[in-house]
Amino acid sequence: MHILAASSFDTGLFFQQIENGITLGAIYALVALGYTMVYGIIELINFAHGDVFMWSTIVTLSVAQALHIDHVLGGFALVGTLLLLLIVGILTSGGLNVLIERVAYRPLRRAPRLIPLISAIGVSFILENVAQLWKTANVIAYPVFFPTNAITIGSLTITYLDIFIFVLAVALMVGLNVFTNRTKMGRAMRATAQDPEAAALMGVNINQTISLTFLIGGALAGAAGVVYSMYASSVYFLSGFQLGLIAFTAAVLGGIGNIQGAVLGGFLIGIIEALATQYVPNGLAWSQGVAFAILILILIFRPSGLLGQQVPDKV
Amino acid sequence: MADGQTLLAVNHLTKQFGGLAAVDDVTLDIKRGQIFSIIGPNGAGKTTVFNLITGIYKPTKGEILLNGRSIAGKTPDVVLRNGIARTFQNIRLFNNMTVLENVLVGQHAKLYGDLISVIFRPPYYRNAEKRALDRAMELLAFFGPQMVALKDEYASNLSYAYRRRVEVARAMASGPQLLLLDEPTAGMNDSETAEAVGYIRRLREQYGVTVLLIEHKLQVTMNISDQIAVLDYGKKIAEGVPAEIQRNEQVIEAYLGRKAATA
Repeated sequence: MHILAASSFDTGLFFQQIENGITLGAIYALVALGYTMVYGIIELINFAHGDVFMWSTIVTLSVAQALHIDHVLGGFALVGTLLLLLIVGILTSGGLNVLIERVAYRPLRRAPRLIPLISAIGVSFILENVAQLWKTANVIAYPVFFPTNAITIGSLTITYLDIFIFVLAVALMVGLNVFTNRTKMGRAMRATAQDPEAAALMGVNINQTISLTFLIGGALAGAAGVVYSMYASSVYFLSGFQLGLIAFTAAVLGGIGNIQGAVLGGFLIGIIEALATQYVPNGLAWSQGVAFAILILILIFRPSGLLGQQVPDKV
Repeated sequence: MADGQTLLAVNHLTKQFGGLAAVDDVTLDIKRGQIFSIIGPNGAGKTTVFNLITGIYKPTKGEILLNGRSIAGKTPDVVLRNGIARTFQNIRLFNNMTVLENVLVGQHAKLYGDLISVIFRPPYYRNAEKRALDRAMELLAFFGPQMVALKDEYASNLSYAYRRRVEVARAMASGPQLLLLDEPTAGMNDSETAEAVGYIRRLREQYGVTVLLIEHKLQVTMNISDQIAVLDYGKKIAEGVPAEIQRNEQVIEAYLGRKAATA
């Protein structure tokens, strides 16, 4: 492997990796939002979140298989398939996340913090094992139905799928932003995150608000699951474990509990991972190690994350 | 409903924490339109009474009736929907939200929140939002033009006296029949205290709200209250109009006497 010299630096390759990183980062960001929102509202790292994401990938795979989708689609067939898969993925992960909260976390809300964390790990194993029973431990090919065309700018290639993923992710993030800042339920969510008791005394139904947070976090992971399967062209029962950890790193990097932070962290981790693949010797093998090295460094030097603030004492 | 009828009846209310009775067989009768104060030394159980009325704690024994209907053991959001709002001894605003947003959260119970309304924003939804905004602005205006000017400021950036006012505005936003104020003048100087006394009176005049007050400053309670109940060690030791309380031997001994002795 060549050591980089200024003269041999390939700017085209560099920007191509940035582009790859942005696409990957958009997916990480969607999953990271679920970690950060749940942490923001009940101070729980939902370790099952990655598997909630994975369940969207396996359920939508089954739908695609049932519909015998095995070739590239266009026009209404494409739009209809995308909509159907997104709806199924969103409902699967959103519903699953709400169910998990109801069954595994709510009864433990007043327990010491470590207890629901262990419960979350348990739920994670259950989701993985059931998925394995259903879909086997093999990596399953995901049908390629999205047009594989790309636009090229100089040496930079941007596939239609990359554009779709980016636009979808940004649209969902904008929607989330409007929801949290402009609507009554969004205000209730922020109020509950800051002081659940005071929020309850202002008429906010805390259980309902927490369920809604899990629903939205799960829904975003569900949408991410749909596009991730298309991006990776494969589905695997442990995909949520690894992607979940990276997305969690992204949430911590941005400042856990901070919604903008999760988006920033997601894109940053995606870009760093893509660049590491290119520029670290034997990079592909190291790319995820790099993500976790970052996690360790943040936890040591800036535990509140890039956009995180000093957590005020809850009185 | 006419003034003078019972709005909140608290009957034989008891709350035990382990072996300790923080509130012990307390009975209160708060009439519509009254400013009713609960006084007593630190640890007498005043805030516990508030926490019981607002559903943070469940009573060990006793009844809490609002307009004759039991609210004991209901969750805080249900109690609020029934018409009881409160403030806190140690101001609990949503600090990462603006003043206006804080007051809007106070109207949470009155707004539509279903997904259909949120996404499609039909006219009834937009009208309700508009009314909520108008009401929030009106409540801020109640506290003067400076308060209105601060509407987009984060709650954490406000001075202490202003944060107290925002908390009262937030509580009033739900349109309560009964407003519970937990030491609304704590930590205020004399002129700020006088202003607070002024706006509590104006709240009753302008909005017809009944006020239940916990207050440490005797000049405030004596001046503002229609009726005063005195708690000591969780028990009610006296109740009456201010003049009666000032003359009550037991009160002077238990409350004023002890306070004077420790001062």
